[in-house]
Amino acid sequence: MAPVVQLKDIHKIYDSGEVQVHAVRGISLELQKGEFMAIMGASGSGKSTLMNTLGCLDRPTKGTYLLDNVDVGRLDRNQLADLRNEKLGFVFQGFNLLARTTALENVELPMLYGRHRGSTAQLRARAMHCLDIVGLSDRADHFPSQLSGGQQQRVAIARALVNEPQVLLADEPTGNLDSKTSIEVMGVFQKLNEQGITIVMVTHELDIAHYCKRNLIVRDGRVVNDMQVANRSIAERELAKILQAEAAAKLTGTD
Amino acid sequence: MRIGSTVTVSLRALRRNTMRSILTALGIIIGVGAVIAMVSIGNGAKSTVEAQIASLGQNVLLIFSGSFNQGGARSGAFGAGTLTPDDAEAIAREVSHVAGVSPEVRSGAQVLANGLNWSTQILGEGADYLGIRQWPLSAGAMFTEQDTKSVGKVAIIGQTIVKQLFPDDDPIGQTLRIRNQPFRVIGVLQAKGLSVQGSDQDDIVIIPYTSAMKRVTRQTMLRSINVQAATPDTIDDVQAEITALLRQRHRTTEQTDDFTVRNQQEIAAAATATSQTLTLLLAAIAGVSLVVGGIGIMNIMLVSVTERTREIGIRMAVGAHGSDVLLQFLIEAVILSSMGGIMGILLGIGSSQLISKLNNWPVLVSTTSVIVAFVFSAAVGMFFGFYPARKAAQLDPIDALRYE
Repeated sequence: MAPVVQLKDIHKIYDSGEVQVHAVRGISLELQKGEFMAIMGASGSGKSTLMNTLGCLDRPTKGTYLLDNVDVGRLDRNQLADLRNEKLGFVFQGFNLLARTTALENVELPMLYGRHRGSTAQLRARAMHCLDIVGLSDRADHFPSQLSGGQQQRVAIARALVNEPQVLLADEPTGNLDSKTSIEVMGVFQKLNEQGITIVMVTHELDIAHYCKRNLIVRDGRVVNDMQVANRSIAERELAKILQAEAAAKLTGTD
Repeated sequence: MRIGSTVTVSLRALRRNTMRSILTALGIIIGVGAVIAMVSIGNGAKSTVEAQIASLGQNVLLIFSGSFNQGGARSGAFGAGTLTPDDAEAIAREVSHVAGVSPEVRSGAQVLANGLNWSTQILGEGADYLGIRQWPLSAGAMFTEQDTKSVGKVAIIGQTIVKQLFPDDDPIGQTLRIRNQPFRVIGVLQAKGLSVQGSDQDDIVIIPYTSAMKRVTRQTMLRSINVQAATPDTIDDVQAEITALLRQRHRTTEQTDDFTVRNQQEIAAAATATSQTLTLLLAAIAGVSLVVGGIGIMNIMLVSVTERTREIGIRMAVGAHGSDVLLQFLIEAVILSSMGGIMGILLGIGSSQLISKLNNWPVLVSTTSVIVAFVFSAAVGMFFGFYPARKAAQLDPIDALRYE
């Protein structure tokens, strides 16, 4: 089967007039359906640029990017927008939910820009279904300000899922969360991945990367390491451990 | 284009900032309200003037004597009595499409009755006069052709005369003395109110023109002749025929005419011009406030675009085209301004009713002004919303997402 994502010798050069910044210097990469990859690297390593390229927010200066066999380099601004809408789901570090907009309406957002738009009731039902997947269907009418960080990120994940994307892209999805909530969010990702959804995330936390199946280390715009994760952390198990520890410390009840 | 969902998106965005939306729309509300109120007041004034002009009668032509040229010195209108009762008869006889002719003389006189006296205007007219002026009687009957032929001592009086000379009893059948000549009151006119010039049209005594000439003014010439054309389309023909006939009778040319023929349109045009100017002036002032309202919308939309840069980034990341964002902000601006327009229309109608009540001014809310104000307010939103909307649409999604 053809890979979902194919990067061939991608270069990205930012030209700010006086200095040229070579952010990505020839990255080639293939991603099969059902993979769960973490991109790691220090700041300035080019991982954000790589992520923006993968997310079709930015076009590479050189090289080809095939997303689901579509050559992204040939598309114009609007076609890129359609591609993002149909094939990609985005989860951001800062959640990026619309304020004063209910969780449900936030999840509906990508569908409003979709080419095949159903009736209002259908949109509602699909958004509700996605909120259900992330376990927040009882918070559908809450505003982001009424939700915890972990809940907001789960709404963002539901929003990313709503158009049934080929790839879910997460940019430091646990960056603004405490460790326990981070594990919960990783648990959501693992569950989605088990259902066959391809996920790529950027993180700089090793233990978070450990929940993924594959780790890609980027330095100075090049891939320095690409490995399968041995002894993957399983979010459910880690959470159970934390609960036990908390119970032992009488932080929470034992029920 | 996905207009349906964009409208939803815009409405949601406006709802998120209800207070700000209302305040932004306030500029338009006041602007549109002012335009509607001002135009209504102007229209009210205009309609009053028009009603007064209509009270001149329908399809009326006025032939004034005078304006003659003698040895290079030209007199003004009424400068000389040049029209004769024969002219009037000739017009009635020879000009086609004439529905009525009434020769006219005027004179101020002291009128006595019931031991009371009153200085008023004596109008000598033909039997057709009330028909031409479309001025109904409230009691009695108009004098007839017979009375004008027999120089009859009969009079029709206006409501002011009734009030001044016959305050307590029925004036019909009573005697009125004009320059010591007794006239019998045979009819009372309905109230007509003020004329275009503001004089009291009810302060009048109408007697046969023959009687006026022989018994009151002792003149042989007419002041003017009132002519009624049969239909509005024939006015111009009648005017031309009368001019030709009188030139022939008076042996004059266009340069030496000793009479003037005016039709009602000309008189009306002069009178309405003033009120039209007033209406335009009021509307222009109010229009300025509408433009200021529009600038208010632009200002808020620009702030809104900056403030919502991240939101725009999110929308673009999940698949919004530049045109979707443009449309969203444009629709927001148009919704704001047209909502403001609707509320402004209500405000304008309300305040013009209030002004009319308080000042006892006639006020006329015209459908045209309501439609124009609404369309204009939507256009203001479109115009002033475009720049901020385009600014939003041209944002780069990566930069917009990074914006703090």
